[in-house]
This record gives sequence, C-alpha cells and structure tokens, in this order.
Amino acid sequence: MSIKLKAKNITKIFGKKPKKIIKKLDEGLSKDEILKETNHTVGVNNVSLEVKEGETFVIMGLSGSGKSTLIRCFNLLHEPTKGELYVDGENIVKYDKKKLREFRQKKMAMVFQHFGLFNHRSVLENVEYGLEIKKIDKNKRQDIAKETIKTVGLKGWENQMLHQLSGGMQQRVGLARALANDPDILLMDEPFSALDPLIRREMQLELIDLQAKLKKTIIFITHDVNEAFKLGDRVAVMKDGEVVQVGTPDDILSKPATKYIEDFVQDIDRSKVFQAKHIMNKPRDVAFIKNGLKVAVKEMKADGRSSIFVVDGNRIVKGIVTIDEAIEGIKENKTIKEVIDNDFNKANPEDYIQDLIYKAVKSKYPIAVTNEEGKLIGTILRSTVLSALA
Amino acid sequence: MREFPEAIRIKLGIYVEIFIEWLREDFSGFFDAIKSGILWFLMNVQDILLFIPWWLIIVGVVLLATKVRNVKSGVFYGFLIFLIGAFGLWEMMILTLAVVLTSVVISLLVGIPIGIVMAYSDRLEVIIKPLLDAMQTMPSFVYLIPAIMFFDLGTVPAVFATTIYSVPPVIRLTNLAIRRVPKEVLEAAKSFGSSPMQTLVKVELPQAMPTIMAGINQTTMMAMAMVVISSMIGAKGLGINVLTAINRIDIAMGFEAGVSIVILAIIIDRITQSAADKFKYPE
Ligand SMILES: Nc1ncnc2c1ncn2[C@@H]1O[C@H](COP(=O)(O)OP(=O)(O)O)[C@@H](O)[C@H]1O
Ligand SMILES: [Mg+2]
Repeated sequence: MSIKLKAKNITKIFGKKPKKIIKKLDEGLSKDEILKETNHTVGVNNVSLEVKEGETFVIMGLSGSGKSTLIRCFNLLHEPTKGELYVDGENIVKYDKKKLREFRQKKMAMVFQHFGLFNHRSVLENVEYGLEIKKIDKNKRQDIAKETIKTVGLKGWENQMLHQLSGGMQQRVGLARALANDPDILLMDEPFSALDPLIRREMQLELIDLQAKLKKTIIFITHDVNEAFKLGDRVAVMKDGEVVQVGTPDDILSKPATKYIEDFVQDIDRSKVFQAKHIMNKPRDVAFIKNGLKVAVKEMKADGRSSIFVVDGNRIVKGIVTIDEAIEGIKENKTIKEVIDNDFNKANPEDYIQDLIYKAVKSKYPIAVTNEEGKLIGTILRSTVLSALA
Repeated sequence: MREFPEAIRIKLGIYVEIFIEWLREDFSGFFDAIKSGILWFLMNVQDILLFIPWWLIIVGVVLLATKVRNVKSGVFYGFLIFLIGAFGLWEMMILTLAVVLTSVVISLLVGIPIGIVMAYSDRLEVIIKPLLDAMQTMPSFVYLIPAIMFFDLGTVPAVFATTIYSVPPVIRLTNLAIRRVPKEVLEAAKSFGSSPMQTLVKVELPQAMPTIMAGINQTTMMAMAMVVISSMIGAKGLGINVLTAINRIDIAMGFEAGVSIVILAIIIDRITQSAADKFKYPE
C-alpha cells in the first residue's frame, strides 16, 4: 500500500510569537514549562507519521493531548508552526491560498465532534455544500447529495431542517456532507463522542461497513480506547502533543511502549476489541468423517478432550461428537454420522467476543469458528471466552 | 474674583468653522454627491409611497402583520393606520416614513459592512466599539450639529443626522452575530475549500441573520425616535406638526401628531420584531 499522507516533524504552538518558541522546544523544555515561562501552548510537538492509502488510522489520546490540533494541521485549518505535510507526495504546507482551496475541495473532507452543520440549511442543502463550493450545477449536485443521503441511511429526510433530527442522525448528515465530495481522505475528529453509547456503537459498525465498500483513507480521532481498537487498522497514541506509539491494535496491546500506554489500555473492554480469531485455537484436533469413530476417540484421548468436531474431506463442519457417545457408538456398531450432534454454535472469525458470550454460556460444546465456505478454521473453548473477558 | 477672567478666551469655534468651510469647499464634489444621492433616494421613496393609494397601504399593513404575527394584530394595525389618516395626517405620515425608511436603508448599507469588517479584525473592534458607546450616550440633539455644518438646513441633513443616530445598533449586532458563529461551523465551511467570500455569504451572514434582524429592528426604532428632533433642521412630516404645536401651545394638534408618531412606532416595532423572530433557527 502506498503512503497517502506523511507528516514530518509537525509542531503547532499557540500564542503571540509561536516561531520563537520552537527553539525552547528544541532545548528540551516541557509543555508545562513553556506555558509557564512564555504563555504559549504547545498543541502538537514534533509529530511524524505516515498514513497508508485505504487504511483507517486512529489517533487516540486523553483530552488536551493535541488530537484536534493535529488533525486540523492535516487540512491546514491550523497552519503548522513547523514541519512538512505530504499528501500524495506534495508538501501542502507550501500551497498558496488558491491551491489550498482546490486541495480541500478535492482531497479531504472533515467530520466534526459537534457536527459543525449549517442550521440555516436543510439536510439536502447541507450535504450539497461542498459541491456548491466546487460550482457543480444544481441538478447534478442534488442528485449526488440525495444518493449520499441514502448511503448514510437518511432517505426521506432530505428536506427536513436539522433541529428535527436526533444527534445520531445529525452526525449522519455530517458524514454525508463529507462523503458527497468524494474525498480521498476523510478526517474525523471524535465524530461519535457526542452521541450516547448505543447510537455510538451503531455508528461505529456502520462506519466499518461503509469503509469496507468505500475504501477511503480515514483518519479518525477518539479518546476511547475501545473505539480506537475496534475501528483502527493502526493506532497512534498521543500524549502532551507528542505521538508516543504507532502500531496495530495487537501491537499496542501486546507491546505497550510506555507505562502511560499500559495504563491507557488497561481499562479497555476486551470483549469489544478482541475477535473470535484472536482467541481461537487452530483445529489440530478434528475428526474426519471417513476415518470413523475409532480414530475420533483416539484423537480425543490423545488430547485429553471430551468432544471433537467432525469435518468432511473439505474441512466443512458436519457436527460434534463427545467421547462418551463415541464409545457408546462403537459398542453399538453405529457409524460416525449416526452419533454426531448438530446442536453446536458457530462463529465468524470477525465476531467480537462480546457477541460470543451468550453462545458460550448456552451451549455445552466449544464454539466452531468457520469461514464463509463453512470450513472449520478454529475452535474456541467456552472457558476461553469467559477468561478473555478478564 | 468669582467670575471667570474675560482675558482668557480660546476661540476654538472659529477654527472649526474655518476647517469645515475648507472641507466643504475642497471636497464640495464629495458633499454634493452625498447630498444628491440622499435626495434622489428620498424623493423616490416618497414618490412611490405617495403614489400608492391609501387603502392599498392599509391592506398591505394588514397582510404583512397577518403574515408575521396574526390576523388580529393585522386588523388592529390596519385600523390604527386608518386613524392617522382620519386625523388628517396621511401625507405627513408618508413624509415621515420616507425619511425613516431612507435613513434605515442608508444605515444598513453602511452599518452591515462596517459590522462585518469589525468582526474580522480585533483591532478595528477595539477602535470602533468605544466610538459606538460614545455615540449612544450622546443626546440626539448633538447629531444636528455636524448635519447642518455639512449640509445646511433641509431634508438631507435631517436624513444624515437620523442615519448617524440610528446606525450603531446594526453595526454592533452584525459584529456580534458574526463573531458568534460557532467555531466548528466556520471550520466546516473552510474545510470544504470555501473562499472567504463564499464563507461570508453562504455561512456567516445566514448564520448571523437572526441577530442582524434584531439590529435592524433597533435601528428602525432609533430612526423613529429622531422624527421630531430632525424636524428642527428641516425634515418634513409629523415632526413638524409636533414642533408647531409646541410653539403655538396647540394641544389638539400636538395630541393628534403625537399619537400618530406613537402608532407608527408601535407598528414598525412589532412588524420588524416579529419578522426578526421568524428568522431564528430552532436549536
Ligand atoms: N486555538 C487555540 N488557542 C490556544 N490553545 C489551544 C487552541 N486549540 C487548542 N489549544 C491547546 O492545545 C492543546 C491541545 O488541544 P486539542 O488539540 O484540542 O486536544 P484534544 O483534541 O486532544 O483534546 C490544549 O492544551 C489546548 O488548550
Ligand atoms: Mg479534541
């Protein structure tokens, strides 16, 4: 995958004479010291990172860590005090006003925490805004806007004013307004933070679905670890204006770079982050139908297990058999097909653990993890599900 | 030694007079242009208002008030306007309206742009704000002085004085309204690549509109408040009747003219206020 956006030593300082403060930062003074001494606030401190085309890149950090400031540097709503910003290889910091406007019209669109919608315009007119700025003619832009409104699930609301919409729906308008412009890069500054938890979860899932179709480059900001790990292909953790670690959710969970990150990921709700594929065992221990009951019993004994999944030649799961029933079956001369039980639970590798809890509690068997074709690719013991929650 | 010594006498007035004379002569083109501009606009407004039949104006008021308020107010205001006609003051009312309308339009043409640049520049705000404060604490009579200095007597200085007196609210509220546009809304506009002009016209002004409308209401009421005073330097209309009545101690005449001004003020206030309310965007 190619690099879509590259930030190099981005620094943003707020105050009367920000350029002068750069030196102090280079001398190693901290954010607090600089604030006390010079009354300048360091928003972002020497951040370098690369965002790949088509990935969802999450920036996470506590409130005040500089996330909003950094994302506003990406579309130059804040002009960086220092540093370079490459989008598709061009340093956009160097752009003049006209080029910057064209860049914003074509390549980036932003979704805001408090929606940033135009309450003097209808839903449709809000979504049209970006196209209107690009001077696309009215019929065409309305067609595009309507199509986008449909994509975000607001069909039928086109002519309503915003106050008639709930918070979740308003943010859908915000998302539609950004998508209507068909930007390469979608900037999202805590887009779901103002929504209540249930709606937030729904919007997260929809964003995942949408992204599977659109394959945009998304830069997503959140202060919520669960949200970060759920959505992010890669996650950057910020503290005091600096990026302290960048990596996949797995990397960060398994190898937190600092004590700070360790603490940060501590209160993570694992059931919402880990998926079936993270905790399943590779199915070494399966019984093939053609091998019959005796082999199945031997497999179970060797592994010290009380049940085993039965698969056909293509590794498609056919059922499960327990050791007791298998031994009973051998005595009565039954075939394996006659003793297998179909009453077991299946899961997709992408299912979150929280969705497996019910299955684990309800069934007496392990859970079979299968791919789209029904092939067994893993098994999860009931105890594993419950211990993964700890 | 209780009296101020006569020997100390600074003749500042004469220098101001010389300065103004110099201004008027060297910039006579400028003042003439303003004068004829104001006059042209005023005469057109006046002619149009006088051309419309009286009953049509009443119907217009009823319909307008019905639209922005309700039928009851509409009919009531119509009756009140009819009353002014019945006092024999119809034409006077129209002349007053023409002065007020002209002053308000000029106030808006000047005030809204000033409010906008003031909202964009903190430095300008620091300079203009105390000026506006001073203007609003000054008694309205004071505005007659520069008006006659530059334009002598007549309707033009009357409109000029009325305009200066009534412009501060619209400047103040335009500035305030544009500054109050939520930061994220502005960022959203910019993030889509809007030019400064597009941002102003498509986002900032519409967002500011409800507050600007409130400013227009206040400006109109200030202009109404100048009706009698501006008559002293030559505004035609109801104000003249009030002044004459005061001079002659004519209670009947004073009462009818006074009541007519009050009626006009109330109706204009209610209609512009209700129109302003309609502009508010529900949260
Ligand atoms: N416009 C501004 N002027 C001055 N300081 C600012 C401004 N915006 C942000 N800051 C400061 O920069 C730091 C980072 O803020 P922000 O980027 O909003 O953090 P986050 O989005 O992670 O909560 C904070 O200390 C904040 O007070
Ligand atoms: Mg923020």
